[in-house]
Amino acid sequence: MAKIDVPMPQMGESIAEGTLSKWLKKVGDPVKRDEPIFEISTDKVDAEIPAPAAGVLAEILVQEGQTVAVQTVVARLETDATVSSQPSAVSPQPTAVGPTSPAVQPSSRPAVEPPPAVQPSSRPAVQPSAVSPQPSVVTPTPPAVQPSSRPAVQAPSSLEERLRTKSSPLVRKMAAEHNLDITGIPGSGLAGRVTKNDVLSFLEAGPKAPSPATQPPPPSPDGVRVVPGPVVEPWDGDRVEPWSRIRKLTADHMIMSRRVSAHVHSLIEVDYTRVAGLRSRQKAAYAERGVNLTFLAFIASAVARNLRKHPVLNACVMGESTVYRRDVNLGIAVALDWGLIVPVIRHADELNLLGTARAINDLGERARAKKLSPDEVQKGTFTITNPGVFGTLVGLPILNQPQAAILAVGAIVKRPAVVTAADGSDSIAIRTMGTLAMSFDHRIVDGADADRFLADLRKTLEEFPDDAA
Amino acid sequence: MPEVTYLEALKDGLAEEMARDDRVFVLGEDVGAFGGAFKVTEGLQQRFGEDRVIDTPIAETAIVGAAAGAAHMGLRPVCEMQFIDFISCAYSILTNYVATARYRAGLATPMVVRGPSGGYVRGGPFHSQNPEAAFLHTPGLKIVAPATARDAKGLIKAAIRDEDPVLYFEHKYLYRRIKEDLPAGEEVLTPIGQARVAREGRDLSIIAWSAMLWKSLEAAEKLEREDGLSVEVLDLRTLMPMDDAAIVATVKKTSRVLIVHEDTRTGGVAGEITARINDLAFEWLDAPVKRVCAHDVPLPYAPTLEDFVLPQVDDVVAAARWLAKY
Repeated sequence: MAKIDVPMPQMGESIAEGTLSKWLKKVGDPVKRDEPIFEISTDKVDAEIPAPAAGVLAEILVQEGQTVAVQTVVARLETDATVSSQPSAVSPQPTAVGPTSPAVQPSSRPAVEPPPAVQPSSRPAVQPSAVSPQPSVVTPTPPAVQPSSRPAVQAPSSLEERLRTKSSPLVRKMAAEHNLDITGIPGSGLAGRVTKNDVLSFLEAGPKAPSPATQPPPPSPDGVRVVPGPVVEPWDGDRVEPWSRIRKLTADHMIMSRRVSAHVHSLIEVDYTRVAGLRSRQKAAYAERGVNLTFLAFIASAVARNLRKHPVLNACVMGESTVYRRDVNLGIAVALDWGLIVPVIRHADELNLLGTARAINDLGERARAKKLSPDEVQKGTFTITNPGVFGTLVGLPILNQPQAAILAVGAIVKRPAVVTAADGSDSIAIRTMGTLAMSFDHRIVDGADADRFLADLRKTLEEFPDDAA
Repeated sequence: MPEVTYLEALKDGLAEEMARDDRVFVLGEDVGAFGGAFKVTEGLQQRFGEDRVIDTPIAETAIVGAAAGAAHMGLRPVCEMQFIDFISCAYSILTNYVATARYRAGLATPMVVRGPSGGYVRGGPFHSQNPEAAFLHTPGLKIVAPATARDAKGLIKAAIRDEDPVLYFEHKYLYRRIKEDLPAGEEVLTPIGQARVAREGRDLSIIAWSAMLWKSLEAAEKLEREDGLSVEVLDLRTLMPMDDAAIVATVKKTSRVLIVHEDTRTGGVAGEITARINDLAFEWLDAPVKRVCAHDVPLPYAPTLEDFVLPQVDDVVAAARWLAKY
């Protein structure tokens, strides 16, 4: 019988940790190869992690709700187990593994490949953490240079603290020489680790730390500064539910986005009568091919086509530059029972209407089934959200950072509207109408840019060619 | 200045030593009339005669044993293994006899065993090996592995002149691909035990030798071009005795070290170098020592699989990027 370690997988580049949200198997349960054994959440993705081999779940080392570094062993499988369960072999040892293990271990995998986190992201550094200020704060925690003085058993410290105190021998030596507290030095290394260069530039900048009274609040582990909110006390009978990871990430992202971007909103009314006609004519044909043809598919298709013509809306801010994305990757916001997720259609401008509709169906279904891979929620360049499905006339969304624009699709309903006939005569007709609302970042998108894009978008939708459907 | 290949430089070095010192002779399979499987000894028999370029039976133990005896008697033999993979046939006499003769009996054994090592030529498991690790582990043997034409010449000459047994691992992929201007008439001698900084850098160091030097240099260029990284590359040249001073100097300079070797990973020389860095320069490390090596499998014949198993430039680049980021 052999025991196999089940590690916390690396879920996409630049992700250093994952939260084990749910165990799907109990100790002693037999598992088949590739059968899901636990669920994790990282960033915005929830994913089921399959068993690497068939066997019996022998040990659970990381409990539900714990956040651990990538590659941390979360469970052990006993393979070729002839005895299906051995309760004696089953002592969970969370202290041995869990939060104390290094966040970034040298890969134990064969030879030539370092962990994927290595690969330089082709994305410029526009992630939230790069945008938000990272104050260098000397916190009153014990000096990191004397880890041995810490009690052996201690409440798990934050990931950031663990990473920072897990500094290299050189950095510890330099810190000791200059009597520095490593936790007070901003880290530029992998997952915020303090490097030799960080210590050098800290020393160069003059290590005068701000006095405690003027200290800004420490950054949260997600790199977003925590703004203290009002003090709230639950009343009798209230239900208090701690935030899930996805809730917390959403909350932090929304606040961060509001602070970072100059939000402006423009609204435009679209006559969908032509699209509605196309849709009802083609719906059955699409259904035969297993695709549900929705208004959203028409809109996404039109957006993707027009983004090519309006690159500033397919862009983001990097420091004091604008990054115009080469690819058009459309994020489609999907509401889930447990939160919000934005799967991304890569190269959306290269898909025809059928492909777009199929991608929207597929991503939505898999988002609900928690079957999205982490890569499928990354690298969006423009986002569409669809509050109209609930009947909302107009939604004014917050930007999905670092993207420059987000489009909200309002309810599509039949309304009386004035139509002008070819001979110039006006009449009131029943038309299928809806509102498109776009939020954009006025730092790089001026009102005229946004309005030209919206006008083109409306034109595309109102004149949607027959042969494109 | 004449441009010579790595192979020609090696042959010139051999010929120069044979001309300089008539105690030097060559023995091996097909080294005489045929000039060697890779033509390293081509023309030497015509020039120096059958007594000094000797064709032997296919028996590596006999080749090494005969050389050891001749060395004890005052000659300077140079054995060729047709492919270095077959040095394992002479493992016992090299490790039990040759390596220990000075210690056991006070007998000097000034001899060289050389042969083509390494892959990237679709040679499969029997014609692509890098056997340095097993011999590095054997006290009493010196090991050199040249990467440049100058060192191919300088190290064969130094190995022949050394008073102790030297294993000289040349790389068959480099034979005709590496060229260098080597002025005729200049005495080229590369001291055994001295590494060479092949490229200066500040951000991280790559330690390599033989064919991996070229992969590392290519990676260093790419890293400078694409990432703005300043990468130092240290060509170890001699594996034993190892140039600890040069290793420590580069660690102190960059604090981040990547070791690249073509031999398989587990039990490979990178482990020994890492241990020495831990012993001698731990407090200068700003990141864990990383290594890029072949996977722990016999080398496959299939081109796609060989490419996968052996270290490639992109593997070096990826590992270096991780190190730089750490």
